[in-house]
Amino acid sequence: VSWVNAIVQGVLLGGLYALFATGLSLGFGVMRLVNLAHGDLSILAAFGSFAITRWLGWNALVSLVIIIPGAFVVGFVLQRVMFDRVVGVDPAFAIVATFGLAVVIQNGLYEKYTADTRLLKVGKLGTDSITITKELSIGTLPLITFLIGVAVLGALALFLNRTMLGRAFRATSDDPETAKLMGIDNRKVYGVALGIAFATVALAGVLLGVRTQFDPFAGPARLIYAFEAVIIGGLGSLWGTLAGGVILGVAQATGRRISPGWGELAGHVVFLGVLATRPTGLFGKSVPR
Amino acid sequence: MNQVVVTRSTTTSRIFGVFALAVVAAFAVFPMWGSDSVQRKLIELFVLIALSQMWNLLAGFAGVVSVGQQAFVGLGAYGMIIWVNNNHLNLYVSIILAAVLAAVISIPMGLVAFRLRGSYFAIGTWVLAEVVSLLMKNNTSVGGGSGASIKVAGTSPASRLDMTYWFAFAIGVGAIVLSYLVLRSRLGLRLQATRDNESGARSLGVNSYLAQFGIWVIAAFVTAAAGATFYLTNLRVQPTSSFSVAQWTAPIIFIVVIGGIGTIEGPIIGALLYYWCRDRFVDQLTWYQITLGVVAIVVALWGQQGLWGFVRHRFGIDLFPVRRRLVTPADTPK
Repeated sequence: VSWVNAIVQGVLLGGLYALFATGLSLGFGVMRLVNLAHGDLSILAAFGSFAITRWLGWNALVSLVIIIPGAFVVGFVLQRVMFDRVVGVDPAFAIVATFGLAVVIQNGLYEKYTADTRLLKVGKLGTDSITITKELSIGTLPLITFLIGVAVLGALALFLNRTMLGRAFRATSDDPETAKLMGIDNRKVYGVALGIAFATVALAGVLLGVRTQFDPFAGPARLIYAFEAVIIGGLGSLWGTLAGGVILGVAQATGRRISPGWGELAGHVVFLGVLATRPTGLFGKSVPR
Repeated sequence: MNQVVVTRSTTTSRIFGVFALAVVAAFAVFPMWGSDSVQRKLIELFVLIALSQMWNLLAGFAGVVSVGQQAFVGLGAYGMIIWVNNNHLNLYVSIILAAVLAAVISIPMGLVAFRLRGSYFAIGTWVLAEVVSLLMKNNTSVGGGSGASIKVAGTSPASRLDMTYWFAFAIGVGAIVLSYLVLRSRLGLRLQATRDNESGARSLGVNSYLAQFGIWVIAAFVTAAAGATFYLTNLRVQPTSSFSVAQWTAPIIFIVVIGGIGTIEGPIIGALLYYWCRDRFVDQLTWYQITLGVVAIVVALWGQQGLWGFVRHRFGIDLFPVRRRLVTPADTPK
């Protein structure tokens, strides 16, 4: 039964990994830009929530009403003033710029908050659980975070498939030049895309921050999990990304069940296995370019 | 004489060549005239130059950006533990063997990483470095989570410092010479053609994959040799710090980008600048990191040619000419 427990925990965590991964794959899909500061932004959001809860005494989940719009605006503005300059050129410069941003965020947070680990407070919700059988119970909080993650993925899928702006996203992703000829404002699409990417990763950062401890240097690991979920699931498929996140979460949980030191490694092994045998991912539509 | 000649060297580069030889000769005999503390600093500087030159070969010329070079620094360090501590080999033979080991391991790593392109390649190499680090952390024969110290018992500290210096010197200068020779060779031409236009290069019969893979393995070898040499001054090998992105790959990237990516001079200037500033701001390392990050962002977005690129563009100087130029009769002085 403890195995079942490990797998259930892995699935719940995997939903969050998928939420991390969505923003990463959105930025890549639309702008061919991979943000190496993606994980650090989630930590920045978690510290933002930490500051709000301490200052106003709010529940961390309530702080999302400030964090999510804030992250969207920051993403939109950063794309317009900074990252627009490196869309469509040698990826080396985008990599270096976002890597620089990651270093700035990490050291900035370290300067302000030291290397102490933190946990966001959500009151009684943090310890509640739903008992399913005698041995198996699911934490209310992990369940809620999982459901939020899935709901956001669903909303994004609807947005991309059913709305005018979503169609503009896909058109710009497929062929930016022709999209421009059809009257699409590429720069606006890029800005909104990075805004959504930031908003989702900020949400994911706060949701993970109420579940597990974080410190200023926890970002790179999250970037790596997000990336692994994208590659396992396959590029260009939102539900593939959810599956990728869940597979990664389950692999880590079962690995940790075998030996505490093997959790992360088990996730990496699954990732490498998929990459070696199916480079397009399990549900991917295109070859990663 | 009305011929148009294709050449690479310039008068400046020839004068610089003589000057460079004199500088290299002076540094070669540094242990005989310099102080020990400066010698230690120079070891680190040469290591930084070697690491940066290799990253520059990959990112600036081969067009593959790795954020996983710490894997090879760490493998160099762990190679010393494996060869010196566990197999009782000579310290300096072990440096070479550690580099060979890293080059061998880089092949399966490359086979996986090269399935990804561009930015995803970058994160892929980072994951691979994490995997190598975790494997070392879970391996008790190399000290597990707390790491191990290279056993140097029986060697005198003074002779060890001199030998380490000469190794670092040889690897640093060697990395510069190697970059220069590679870029002037057919391999260099293939790499630069691939970087500039991959499908164009392929249609002319260039095996881009093989060329990039070759540089990947060469870079792994030199990076590990530099890492192994560095840990001869430090001795303490740990899974987290030896495989740290922040400690190794971040400075490398900043050095190359600020100095000027895609030039041989750039990483040298960048390394000098980085080292000099870090020495001055050693009390405010966090702020130093933040400043470096900001400068790297600014350079990557607004001044992509970097310091040396600016100098070359402004004054037309090439100290290590790897580009071919046409000299027409009009240019030749009467």
